[in-house]
Amino acid sequence: MSDNSSVFELTVLSGKGGTGKTSVTASLAALASNPILADCDVDASNLELVLDPQLQRREDFTGGMQARIDPGLCAACGKCKTLCRFDAILFDGPGNARTSRTYRVDPPSCEGCGVCATYCPRDAISLGPVKGGEWFISDTRFGPLVHARLQPGLGNSGKLTTLVREQARKIAQKTGHKFILVDGPPGVGCPVIASLTGTTRILAVTEPTPSGAHDLERVLELAGHFQIPAWVCVNKYDLNAGVTAQIEQRAAELGATIAGRIPYDKSVTEAQRQGRPVVELEASPAGQAIVQLWKTLLPHLPEQSSI
Amino acid sequence: MIIAIASGKGGTGKTTVATSLVACLAGCDQSVAYVDCDVEAPNGHLFLHPSITSETETTRLVPQVDQNMCMHCEACVDSCHFNAIACLPKGTFVYEELCHSCGACALACPAGVITELPRPMGVIRVGNAGKASFVSGTLNVGVSVSTSVVHAAKSAVPKADWTLLDAPPGTSCPMIETVKGCDYVLLVAEPTPFGLHDLRLAIDVAKSMNLKCGVVVNRAQTEMAETRELCLCANVPILAEIPDDIAVAQAYSQGRLVIDAVPGLRQIFEGLALRLSDEIHPAGDTAGKLRSALAAKTDTMRPTLLNNLRSST
Repeated sequence: MSDNSSVFELTVLSGKGGTGKTSVTASLAALASNPILADCDVDASNLELVLDPQLQRREDFTGGMQARIDPGLCAACGKCKTLCRFDAILFDGPGNARTSRTYRVDPPSCEGCGVCATYCPRDAISLGPVKGGEWFISDTRFGPLVHARLQPGLGNSGKLTTLVREQARKIAQKTGHKFILVDGPPGVGCPVIASLTGTTRILAVTEPTPSGAHDLERVLELAGHFQIPAWVCVNKYDLNAGVTAQIEQRAAELGATIAGRIPYDKSVTEAQRQGRPVVELEASPAGQAIVQLWKTLLPHLPEQSSI
Repeated sequence: MIIAIASGKGGTGKTTVATSLVACLAGCDQSVAYVDCDVEAPNGHLFLHPSITSETETTRLVPQVDQNMCMHCEACVDSCHFNAIACLPKGTFVYEELCHSCGACALACPAGVITELPRPMGVIRVGNAGKASFVSGTLNVGVSVSTSVVHAAKSAVPKADWTLLDAPPGTSCPMIETVKGCDYVLLVAEPTPFGLHDLRLAIDVAKSMNLKCGVVVNRAQTEMAETRELCLCANVPILAEIPDDIAVAQAYSQGRLVIDAVPGLRQIFEGLALRLSDEIHPAGDTAGKLRSALAAKTDTMRPTLLNNLRSST
């Protein structure tokens, strides 16, 4: 089998949301030979909507720990509230024989640090694991897909993102295939850093708007911080040709390579409606532009033959 | 009234809606504050062009171990639920990116040699955009945990009748931190398969937190059976529809407020503001003030309209 060091992991990012990461990823998946696919946008995962996945494996994800106060034992001393750094203790729990109100943990605020449980003088607080979501391995027409669903409202998206990537790497090791394609989350915070660390290269998809330009700079800065080389592609470039040129110039200054431009094209949404990658639609200008983009990336990727 | 503008999917138009709603309310002389809580990718300033009056760094506490005094008892390691501290032969080390700043290690250290020191996380900017107050949080690039910057931005906002929080996309921690404690969640939806899938998730989050919510459809089509059905089934009202018009996308790409650039949109936003105040506090002062401002506006416009009519006939 292969050694994992020769695996090429391409992570599609954007900074700003809604620039077309998933549409581009799905099309690259359709163009690639034997890709392993990973959807790291675990709180709004959409890749499955266009790849028609056939579920093979489903697992629970234990997100982290959460505190619970036993209302029968709580003496309302308030020590937990004093110590909690996350405003996760509320004074609105049911009463008991000692007190008319007890303290209660606010689940979305609790980070599971355990401080309250350790220092409760009556041992009324316990810490237990919470189900943080699910992760899946599916078959698609293009290759195996690792995807996940974070329980809405829960934290730990970084941990689940890392798990999805680890599973994709395991599949690479098992099958000997060398190309992992990752659909990343928006932003530059925790789940993006979890998708980015140790990846081979990023493809940043942006759009010619002030927001697109602003957020792309932040992503490229982050990639620079982790010393990961970046390709840049401007989607809907014809919406504002001037801003597109500015973005490409700025991206080059920041050390990124311009890899392609995709025109504004309604068939991108049409492809979504049909549940297919846009490159499969005939005579789609966006689809043709993505084929061009792929041809630019191709020489750098392992095991990929020209199309 | 505190209203969070959220979405689930990114790029559906949160900032478009938030900035235009702010400008629309300020244009009606309402007291309004805008808070950019999308601290990973803050964009409100690109459209509101605020003048910034103060800039403060936000920090969080990260432990530092006095290596000379450390007894290597590992009490700190045992107390940390995030594996952020390790006791090695060379010393006791803190992995800042894993640290949640909970303070457990400092509390646990029997020798008292752990001090928590503030580390920079981001910047909070406060200022004015015309008559509106403006606050934005920006996470430093390379910093992982963004919730404390969101919290700091929310805490920095001056009191206003209308406080609009521009939320980050998604449904995880930073989005939760933004919508926590607000009076209403306004969800900006896009009538595409991706948009509807993520709208459903965002509605679930709002409901699980017992928050009232409503929808603005952006890039609205005439036929949107699925969108309407989803909102109907979830019992969430559609408060406004912004038409799918390339002019809106172009105005945005030029950094202009869409209500200034596209005819008819100001009326849509005034209608949205009215629906919002009715949804939240129909009998409240804020709703009353808005209604009289809008009525006065139509009154002052009437003579002009009449003149225009006269001159055209």
